[in-house]
Amino acid sequence: MNTKPPSPTTLSDASASEASKFEGILNGSDAQELVESQGFWRTTWRRLLRHPVGRIGLVIVVILVIMALFAPLLSPYDPNAIDFTNRFSPPTFAHPMGTDDFGRDTLSRILYGARISLMVGVIAVGIAGSVGTFLGMVSGYTSRRWLDETIMRGMDILFAFPAILLAIAIMAALGKGVANAMVAIGLVYIPIFARIARGAVLSVRNEEYVKAARALGTPSYVILPRHLLPNAMAPLIVEVSLSLAFAILAEAALSFFGLGTQPPDPSWGRMLSEGRAYFQQSFWMALFPGLAIMFSVMGFNFLGDGLRDALDPKMKQVLEAKNR
Amino acid sequence: MAHLLDVENLQTEFHTSEGVVKAVNGISYTLEEGGILGIVGESGSGKSVSVLSLLKLLPQPPALIKDGAATFDGRDLLAMTDKEIRAVRGNEIAIIFQDPMTSLNPIMKIGKQIGEALELHMGMNESDARQRTIELLNHVGIPMAEQRIDQYPHQLSGGMRQRVMIALGLSCNPRLLIADEPTTALDVTIQAQIIALVRGLQEETGMAVIWITHDLGVIAGLADQVIVMYSGYVVEYAAVDDLFENPRHPYTLGLLSSLPEMGDDETEELQTIRGTPPDLINLPPGCPFAPRCDYVIERCLAENPPLTTVQNPADPGVEGQTAHLAACWVNVDTGQAR
Repeated sequence: MNTKPPSPTTLSDASASEASKFEGILNGSDAQELVESQGFWRTTWRRLLRHPVGRIGLVIVVILVIMALFAPLLSPYDPNAIDFTNRFSPPTFAHPMGTDDFGRDTLSRILYGARISLMVGVIAVGIAGSVGTFLGMVSGYTSRRWLDETIMRGMDILFAFPAILLAIAIMAALGKGVANAMVAIGLVYIPIFARIARGAVLSVRNEEYVKAARALGTPSYVILPRHLLPNAMAPLIVEVSLSLAFAILAEAALSFFGLGTQPPDPSWGRMLSEGRAYFQQSFWMALFPGLAIMFSVMGFNFLGDGLRDALDPKMKQVLEAKNR
Repeated sequence: MAHLLDVENLQTEFHTSEGVVKAVNGISYTLEEGGILGIVGESGSGKSVSVLSLLKLLPQPPALIKDGAATFDGRDLLAMTDKEIRAVRGNEIAIIFQDPMTSLNPIMKIGKQIGEALELHMGMNESDARQRTIELLNHVGIPMAEQRIDQYPHQLSGGMRQRVMIALGLSCNPRLLIADEPTTALDVTIQAQIIALVRGLQEETGMAVIWITHDLGVIAGLADQVIVMYSGYVVEYAAVDDLFENPRHPYTLGLLSSLPEMGDDETEELQTIRGTPPDLINLPPGCPFAPRCDYVIERCLAENPPLTTVQNPADPGVEGQTAHLAACWVNVDTGQAR
């Protein structure tokens, strides 16, 4: 995964032609001039902005983050304020998304719900990403076969269960609550990160520069984070984005079943399950939380797609060439 | 002079699903402090494996160092623990690899990569390491080192990158520099520059050098001593002049005659050695070179000749001259058994 940003290069060595093979660009006359390189991240960022789907995903995710961060400022009402005079109000100017069976403002609850969804997503993916990446990297780098086998067979066992079922089983063991939901979702997604990290490490571990680092006496605990992780990063970043979508969906599902976020806290999944009972008379109770879930899942998926293409432009060119 | 490195009966194998690949079959050599040893051989002759074994850089398994000792400065490298060998790598023995395009981490600035070694072995802090890195880059002939230090490998040309690798190798003032085909991936003009650079640095620092190559021409202008390897065996071991003037092994003869010479008749075909090297999983019982050898006699097919001192009629017993060793049953001058 050693993506080389295409950038104008300078050459002062006699092997100008040598390097030009690799860079493709040669700034002819003044070979001594040094040109500022564009960083890897800046190049990726620009590619993402140019990516039609990735751009939409980015916008949705940014909106989601703004909703979560500024919920208290944006919400017209207290999300838990009960108003029995205003139960089941359809969308009006006072309540743009209507109210629920307790007269609580749906819009305010959705804004606050974004906080919970994002928090659960970030923490769960944080758990899955860090533990999974660590295990996967160790598994991919170690020369001890038994260690690799032990870790990956453990991951296979976790993988064998349907994700949401496993999360429910873990919730049953840990008990209800939003904190436990994060742990459960985090545990469920460890194997995906472990597999991706292992694959990425395997693809770079035999690179010459890893050998060269070892030849310099660099210990494994330095080689792993400094040489292997950054070069194996691209697929992991993509997976973080995609997993956030899964985690938000999983949290909604757990809360829908009454296992995750507990009332009266506003969770999209919970709102959806509450709205289900009244769907025929006041559809907005379920519609808007459902849309919120849909858009956020879509947003993270789009962003993941965009990131994948932005981080690996060569792969994209290959795919496009194939489709042609 | 004291021996800096004393390799004895080194044997390295690879255990694969197809069988045991005998890559290095009991090679021995010594290297003096400040000496330059050339190791020559074609692909698969075990030349790289033999030096990677010294630093325990081969993944084990599948590699297995079956036997042997490598005494470096009084300590056996092969008996060292991982931690001990890490302190030697890069610090006392540095190694430069073949392909400078891939030997540098593509997403790390070159200054950081050199600094890593300095911080690791010399205990330098970041600013000292940076200062020293700039000195090193200047030293290996990289112009504008102050700017280059913050560049990424892809911004440098191949020759530049190999210079960076050399700077990296020299960073901790090693006593032994192992150059594993460092010029193979470079074009010829850059090759000459790199060779001259290493030679100059060697004279300046007094470090010993092991130079691995398949190019006898490179060895001629560089090494003091030469080992010719074939199928994991040392087939000839001599001082460089001796080897070129008076090759004693048919394989060496073949290598020398397959070199194009300046002024050669253009219509004349380039000499080659017929056949291919043997399968290292099923080495023949006799001399591994026998199937390709023009001097082959019956004994060659049955018994593998040991490396022995051969008569050196050109200049017998010159002061300081190391013995000329070859592993062959035949005297290549007469074509008769010895």
